[in-house]
Amino acid sequence: MSDLLVDGLSGLLLALGCLFMVSGAVGLLRFPDFYTRMHAAGVTDTLATFLIVCALMLQAGWSLALFKLGLILLFIFFTSPAASHALAKAAQHSPLRLEPVAEQGADEAFPEPGQGTEIAEPALEADAANADRA
Amino acid sequence: MRYTLALFAILAFVWLANSGHYTGLLLSFGLVSVLLVMVIARRMGLIDQESQPVHLLSRLPRYYWWLFTKIVRSNIDVVINVWRGPASISPVSARIPARFHSDLGKVLYANSITLTPGTVAVDIEGDEVLVHALTAGGLEDLRGGEMEREVRALEK
Repeated sequence: MSDLLVDGLSGLLLALGCLFMVSGAVGLLRFPDFYTRMHAAGVTDTLATFLIVCALMLQAGWSLALFKLGLILLFIFFTSPAASHALAKAAQHSPLRLEPVAEQGADEAFPEPGQGTEIAEPALEADAANADRA
Repeated sequence: MRYTLALFAILAFVWLANSGHYTGLLLSFGLVSVLLVMVIARRMGLIDQESQPVHLLSRLPRYYWWLFTKIVRSNIDVVINVWRGPASISPVSARIPARFHSDLGKVLYANSITLTPGTVAVDIEGDEVLVHALTAGGLEDLRGGEMEREVRALEK
């Protein structure tokens, strides 16, 4: 009975994890530019990984594999922000740079924080420009 | 001293959890490699409050739990945006103030921002983090300062 419960639960977690993985992959293909695609990739290395590793932990039962899976999860959660940041930082050194230097035209100038909702418009234009370049 | 002990405990745990062979020979190999890593870390000046933040230990579980619920919620938001298509997103980027007592606080904050899908910390300059968000709502949420408060509560 409890075996059935554990199997069912881990199957459910696996299915959910796969759903999130596929969603992340679809997002990666659908989103328009580099930065938005990074957000989609973020889904695959946080919740999707968590769900799948949890399902595997349920299958492993009380064994050494359980601890190893826990360590894998821990390291993924510690390293994936570093990897994402490295990607974003690298993009900052490329034509995809988020914040154009002040000398460039006013239409591309980066809005100062504190302007509230107006911020969305110029940033959208910048992102559209990035999409063209990408 | 306690940072050295903390590093020893973590390294020993990682070795024991990954080895699975508890014979005298392999355990002594483990001890030797743990000590070697500690000597190297010491020479590199890595054993300090920043690499072994043991002073946060008592408040970490609460923060991790909060961060986990945040990650789940933002994952669901991003997945909804994925299936609705590119029309539903409104990518924005802005500088978000990040005033903390220590560099560790800034790192925790920036990493937490990156770890929640939908927002990525691109750069830190002084007391500001350059954040790119998938939707304007995600950025507003960050501006609301809930995460900043949580990190500040964690580090003090």
